[in-house]
Amino acid sequence: MDKIKVAILGSGNIGTDLMYKILKTDGAMELALMAGIDPESEGLKRAEELNIPTTAEGIEGVLNTEGIRIVFDATSAKAHIAHAPRLKEAGIIAVDLTPAAVGPYVVPAINLGDHLELDNVNMISCSGQATTPLVCAVNRIAPVKYSEIIATISSVSVGPGTRQNLDEFTMTTANACQKIGGAETARAIPVINSAEPPIMMNNTVYAVLQEETDEAAVVASINEVVAEVQRYVPGYRLKGKPYIDVRHTPWGELPTVIIMNEVEGAGDFFPNYAGNLDIMTAAAQQVGEQFASHLLKKGGVIA
Amino acid sequence: MKTPIVTDTTLRDGSHAVSHSFTPEFVGQIVNRLAEAKVPVIEVSHGSGLGGSTIQQGFSTHDEWLLIEQAVANKKGSKVASLFVPGIGTRPEILKAAEYGVDILRVAVHCTEADVSQQYFEQAKKSGLGTVGFLMMSHTQPPEALAKQAKLMESYGADCVYVVDSAGALVPESVRERVSALKDALSINVGFHAHNNLGLAIGNTVAALEAGADQIDGTLRGLGAGVGNAPTEVLVAVLNKMKIDTGINLTILMDTAEELVAPVFQYPNVIDRDNLASGYAGVYNSFLLHVREAAAHFNINPVAIIEELGRRGAVAGQEDWILDVALELQQKELVK
Repeated sequence: MDKIKVAILGSGNIGTDLMYKILKTDGAMELALMAGIDPESEGLKRAEELNIPTTAEGIEGVLNTEGIRIVFDATSAKAHIAHAPRLKEAGIIAVDLTPAAVGPYVVPAINLGDHLELDNVNMISCSGQATTPLVCAVNRIAPVKYSEIIATISSVSVGPGTRQNLDEFTMTTANACQKIGGAETARAIPVINSAEPPIMMNNTVYAVLQEETDEAAVVASINEVVAEVQRYVPGYRLKGKPYIDVRHTPWGELPTVIIMNEVEGAGDFFPNYAGNLDIMTAAAQQVGEQFASHLLKKGGVIA
Repeated sequence: MKTPIVTDTTLRDGSHAVSHSFTPEFVGQIVNRLAEAKVPVIEVSHGSGLGGSTIQQGFSTHDEWLLIEQAVANKKGSKVASLFVPGIGTRPEILKAAEYGVDILRVAVHCTEADVSQQYFEQAKKSGLGTVGFLMMSHTQPPEALAKQAKLMESYGADCVYVVDSAGALVPESVRERVSALKDALSINVGFHAHNNLGLAIGNTVAALEAGADQIDGTLRGLGAGVGNAPTEVLVAVLNKMKIDTGINLTILMDTAEELVAPVFQYPNVIDRDNLASGYAGVYNSFLLHVREAAAHFNINPVAIIEELGRRGAVAGQEDWILDVALELQQKELVK
C-alpha cells in the first residue's frame, strides 16, 4: 500500500513519543525522518536504533530530504514561526505541536474534517485537546455562556517550555474553548501537582448555560464525544457521570454542567500518568493520519 | 531581635472566610484604619489572588478592581499589595495592578513549582512593583528543598520570599528549620505566613522571628481561610511585650478588629473538628467552605473528604478535587 512520507521535527520528549506512536500503527504514514538539532539527543539515538533515518540539521535536514509531505513540528513556538513559511514554500503540510498557532486550532474529534485542505494546523495544548471536545459537546445541546476548565497535571510531566510560558498555555487553552468549544467566554486554569507517585492528568469542565436544558441530552452528547476522542486516545475517559448543578454566577443563578475527566497515557514513551503529553501526540498522530489518507485519496490512490 | 515588616492580609486571606463578599466601602474603611495605625503593608485582592473570581475559587460579589481602587485611595503612608497565583492570574492583571497603584505583587506558587513564576516576577519588576514570593504548603517540603525553590524566586527578582503555612500544619520547630534554611540561602528578606489550625499561628510567627524572619503576616481578628491566621492586633500586642516596637498603633487595630471586622464573620473561627482535621492532614485552608458545601450536598462527613484530600496530596487551586473525592466517597457509601 502507498504511504505518505512524514518527518518529525524536534527530537525531545514529544517528538520521541510521537515516533513510537507512528511506528506502532500501520496506517497511511511512513516515518521517513526524525530531525533534531542535537546529535546526542535521546530521541535521535532511539530513532537510529529503530533504523529510522535521522538528521541533526533540524529544518534544513527536513527540506533536504526528498518526498516529505507532512512535518510534525515538536520544537518551540519561536522555532515554528521560523519553520512555517519554509515548509509552506516547500509544499509541506505542518502539524504544529507548539503554541505558535500559525494555523487554526484543530481537535480531531471536532473540526479536523474542515481543515484537510490547509497546509498548517495547530494542536492547541494538552488541556485544549482534552477539554474543548467536552465544552463543544455541551454547547451543541445548550449554548454555553461561560466555560471554565481546570487542568491538573503532574509536576514531573510539565517541561521547561510550559513552565516558562504558563501564560501562553493558559490563554491558548481558554481561547480554544471559545473558538472550538463554542463558549461565549472562557477561562482555563492550569494546576501543577507534585504528589508522589505522580497523579494522572485530570480535567474539570464547568459549563455555565444560558438557561435550563435536558440533562440527559447533555450527558448523551458528552458520552458521544468521549467515544470519539477514545478512538485516538484510548485512555481518555469520564470520572463519574457529568451532572448539572445550579451555581451562583456573576450573571445570576444558572445551571452549570460539571464534567470530570481523566487521561491515562498509552505508555509509548512517557509513563502512563502523563496523559497530558500522550493526548498531544495521539491527537497529532490522528491529524497526520487523516491528512495522509486525504492526500492518498486526492492522488487517486485508494488508501 | 529586629523589627519585622508586618503585612495585614485581612482583605485578601479574609476574603476566603466571607466567600469573597467584601464591598468597596468595607475595604476603604479597613484600609483607612490600618493605614492610620501605620501598618506598613495591606494586602487586597480575591482570596486566590488577582483574577480569582471563578467557579473553582468562588465568584466575588464585587469587582476586585473596585476594591483595589478603594484600598489605594485610602492607603496614606502604607503600601498596597495584591496576591497573584500563576495560572489563575495572567500578566495583563499585573499591568493593571500597577496602573491601579498597587505597590507590591505577592506571587504564590505551590512550594515545589517556583520555576513557573519567572515570567511574572519579571513582569512585576518591569511594571515597577515590589515583589514577594509565596511558597504555599511549605509543610510538604523539607527545609533544603524549600530553600532551593526560594533561591529560584530570588534569581527571578523577588525582594522577599515567604514560608507559607497554608494548611496550618507546621509546629514551631519546623517553622524555625524552614525560615533558617531560607535565611542561610538568600540575601533578600524572608517572611512567614501562619494559619491557626493547630493553635500555633502566633507561636509559629514568634518562632519565625526567632529564626530571623524579616516579614510576617496577620489578619484582623484572624479573619482568614479556614480557621484563619495570626490576628494582627494580637501579634502587635505580643511584639510589644517582647519589646519589639513596630510603630503600629495597637489601640486602632483592637478597635477595628472589634468594631468593623468581628461583625462580618460568617462562621466562628474556632479550631473545630474540620479545621483541626485540615491542619492535621495538611490540607489547604481555603478548601474549608467548599468541603463543607460538598459534604452537605452529598451527605458525607467533611473530615472524610479532608483526610482523602490530604492522602492525595491536593495543592492550592484544586477545589475541583473536593467534588471528585465527595463523589467517590458517596459511591463507596452506596456500595456498602
